[in-house]
Amino acid sequence: MHRQSIKALGEGLRAKKFSSRELTQQYLQRIEALDPQLNSYISVTAEQALAQADAADTRLARGEGGPLTGIPLAQKDIFCTQGVKTSCGSKMLDNFVAPYDATIVGKLHADAGMVMLGKCNMDEFAMGSSNETSWYGPVKNPWDTTRVPGGSSGGSVAAVAAGLAPAATATDTGGSIRQPAALTNLTGIKPTYGRVSRYGMIAFASSLDQAGVVARSAEDAAYVLQAMSGFDPLDSTSIDRPVGDLVTGLGQSIKGLRIGLPREYFAEGLADAVRSRVMDAVKVLEAQGAVISEISLPNSPLSVPTYYVVAPAEASSNLARYDGVRYGHRAADAKNLEDLYKRSRAEGFGPEVQRRIMVGTYVLSHGYYDAYYLKAQKVRKLIYDDFRRAFESVDLVLGPTTTDVAFALGAKTDDPVSMYLNDIYTIAANLAGIPALSLSCGFVDGLPVGLQLMGNYFDEARLLNAAHQYQQATDWHMQAPKGFE
Amino acid sequence: MDRQEWEAVIGLEVHCQLLTKSKIFSGAATAYGAAPNTQADAVTLGLPGVLPVLNGTALEMAVKFGLAVDAQIAERCVFARKHYFYPDLPKGYQISQYELPIVYQGHLDIELSNGKDAEPTVKRIGITRAHMEEDAGKSLHEGFVGITGIDLNRAGTPLIEIVSEPDIRSAAEAVAYLKKLHQLVVYLGICDGNMQEGSFRCDANVSVRRKGETKFGTRTETKNVNSFRFVEKAIEYEIERQIDVIESGGRIVQETRLFNPDTGETRAMRTKEDANDYRYFPDPDLLPVVVTTDDRERIRATMPELPEAKKQRFTTQYGLSKYDATVLTGEAALADYYESVVKLSGADAKLCANWVSGDLLGALNKLGRDIGDSPVTAPMLAGMVARIADKTISGKIAKDVFEAMLGGEAQGDDAADAIIKAKGLVQITDEGPVLAAIDEVMAKNPQQLADYRGGKDKLFGFFVGQVMRATQGKANPDLVNKLLKDKLAP
Repeated sequence: MHRQSIKALGEGLRAKKFSSRELTQQYLQRIEALDPQLNSYISVTAEQALAQADAADTRLARGEGGPLTGIPLAQKDIFCTQGVKTSCGSKMLDNFVAPYDATIVGKLHADAGMVMLGKCNMDEFAMGSSNETSWYGPVKNPWDTTRVPGGSSGGSVAAVAAGLAPAATATDTGGSIRQPAALTNLTGIKPTYGRVSRYGMIAFASSLDQAGVVARSAEDAAYVLQAMSGFDPLDSTSIDRPVGDLVTGLGQSIKGLRIGLPREYFAEGLADAVRSRVMDAVKVLEAQGAVISEISLPNSPLSVPTYYVVAPAEASSNLARYDGVRYGHRAADAKNLEDLYKRSRAEGFGPEVQRRIMVGTYVLSHGYYDAYYLKAQKVRKLIYDDFRRAFESVDLVLGPTTTDVAFALGAKTDDPVSMYLNDIYTIAANLAGIPALSLSCGFVDGLPVGLQLMGNYFDEARLLNAAHQYQQATDWHMQAPKGFE
Repeated sequence: MDRQEWEAVIGLEVHCQLLTKSKIFSGAATAYGAAPNTQADAVTLGLPGVLPVLNGTALEMAVKFGLAVDAQIAERCVFARKHYFYPDLPKGYQISQYELPIVYQGHLDIELSNGKDAEPTVKRIGITRAHMEEDAGKSLHEGFVGITGIDLNRAGTPLIEIVSEPDIRSAAEAVAYLKKLHQLVVYLGICDGNMQEGSFRCDANVSVRRKGETKFGTRTETKNVNSFRFVEKAIEYEIERQIDVIESGGRIVQETRLFNPDTGETRAMRTKEDANDYRYFPDPDLLPVVVTTDDRERIRATMPELPEAKKQRFTTQYGLSKYDATVLTGEAALADYYESVVKLSGADAKLCANWVSGDLLGALNKLGRDIGDSPVTAPMLAGMVARIADKTISGKIAKDVFEAMLGGEAQGDDAADAIIKAKGLVQITDEGPVLAAIDEVMAKNPQQLADYRGGKDKLFGFFVGQVMRATQGKANPDLVNKLLKDKLAP
């Protein structure tokens, strides 16, 4: 059952071929048996999952519920879940049990009737590209457990790739959905900024953070994204605009779809083998009727430096609340207030988080604000303008998701800058706020390669349809890692 | 030392809590005095993952204030985060406004007394800006040993911070400005004005310079002075202190000072060098706030009549003196009370004004009560004034009726009539009983009668008094006068 699509699982449940309890138990058993090799879950909420499964079975027995009712799902541990530890991958929040549900948690579980299997491992406060900054230890890539799964949503992708969940929620501030999806043969979509509520999603960089989903196919992703999306009055940056039907939108031909390949995304730094898989995929799309052209996003090289000003600045502010006073880690035997603050934060945050807080504090400081933060905001506008111009002549922008396949655990932990360059192709979409998706387009030495599609604002349906059409013609996404079949 | 050589330069920052039911960025209640932390929801606590949503009523109140001080209302204003660590600041930053406040470039005219009989001088004080922000919680040190208690009920209460230009030149001007501002925000219904509970708080920026000097001296900021009297004392102290320092060869240090109401002194709290770098930046959780011309005009249409306009109207509509109009429009509730007495009694507006600003306010002052909980309501007072107007009672008897109403001897809108009836205070307007009383008085006082008739005109008052006494004060004084004149005539 764990290799079936979400559509098939839903049909099976409604046809009473199996119950949600049976399905949930199977996943729980797989987690118990296989997750010790991966470390993809921080918390497994078995008891709660079975209760939700029973509730779903009751709804299904009455003929109620929707396409997702009774289907299990893993939540990234960045979403607040009432009564369940919500750690954000940090020692700082190891003792934090959220007293409320994030909006998307309510939408997916209370409303859509999905069953929460547990909370997935992640880079601490979503800061990382390898899942090695988690206080709960690194996650291993199911395709090669000596390699990283990517980050920050490393637990979410490892769990789905290994069949420990049919799909998982994830978040993307600079590529944290797409890069790990690429490294684990999954489809991951970061929707338009404002499409999915951020309420209850622990903030890293508020103007960039966006929740999305990782799944084994564009179709699976469409089902879950449909249920997550929509306006939320509790999030002032949420956009009040109809979501449309992402699932029924999948059947469309891509004949005449104009796809632009930005030359900057195929320049130096891209591994040849990855380039070649991506170009193979372009040929498939072309054969399906897509019209391919080369375009330019001239300000692309500015994405990484811009991001590493804006994101740490916002992070330094968002993480100021973790002070040991009301919740979270509190240093023992504080001598005075300042000692309480300093030691609680020094003990509670790991080195990467501390590094970004320091960078962010610096760029917002008096006398540096204009030179860094304000300038970065201006560059951000230029990057947005690049895309605006591009979408005048093309419908989608296509490129590699990452420069290379998954790297070895520990390979980049001592070199923050080379780690930051992992997000070189993914950051621009966050800076511009546009939707972007990564899907698998083949393998290099048994390791998955990701293809990135970027769309105009609110073009999630077009992105998902293009990915789905490609997946109709290929079967990369159907492959499972050895040992986790 | 010659104080006359010096002039003070003062600017005030007033924090005014807005009278919204819920907080500026969440639905938690704002009522004062609840048990600690019972009004702290997830947003107030700054829990992980929560987001702010602007309270539209708070925005409207800020716009109302801006319109009331003839200020510009920003078409687009931006919330910014102001960072510092303190246990009663849950997020580690305060959401405030920095570069683009909602209100800017306004002014308030204050009146400076030139003695009782002279026209006051009008002075215009510039209002640089007023911005919206959230209040912090409270740190409680009393009643705890070795720990500090944190109460976050107040955290997130909407404030406007009103910043004046450095146009104020004395403690008296500062108080006049503050009182005017206080009156205005209470009139607007955007603040309860309770200084004791911290709804209206003032920080004073003070510097001194020699007269004729155009540059400003170094200023100090005295924090949280929470009554008009303390503001006056703190500023006076600070002016004297600064002059002393400079005249004895010292220099003023830019610093924050704290006023001690027990000693009347200010003391240094922190210098500029220890000041926080607040690292302001636009809050990415909140979109810029757009106030269109339509929004602004819609809000303007809901504005109540403001004190100045009301004062003008009272002088023209009711023919009141400027002084009476000023007193009666001091508070919106008082003005409403007065207008209802005029309307319900149908009596002369000036007569009503005398009763409201004289006897009623005097009595309330003694009782320590507000107009809002006066034991004599407007309909009660109107009922009594109507009886004066229709000559049922005299003004003198009315004093007794008023005292009886104040003492609670009768309730309800017709309390005055009930008292007049119960005590038999109806004025005697028939000639018969008055003539009988006059005859009695004349018979009892032959000597005075003879003297009067002999040319001692002054004795007329004596006879009036005797007749009034004989009628227990109930005789109509005009009638007594008229009949006595006839009877006493030789």
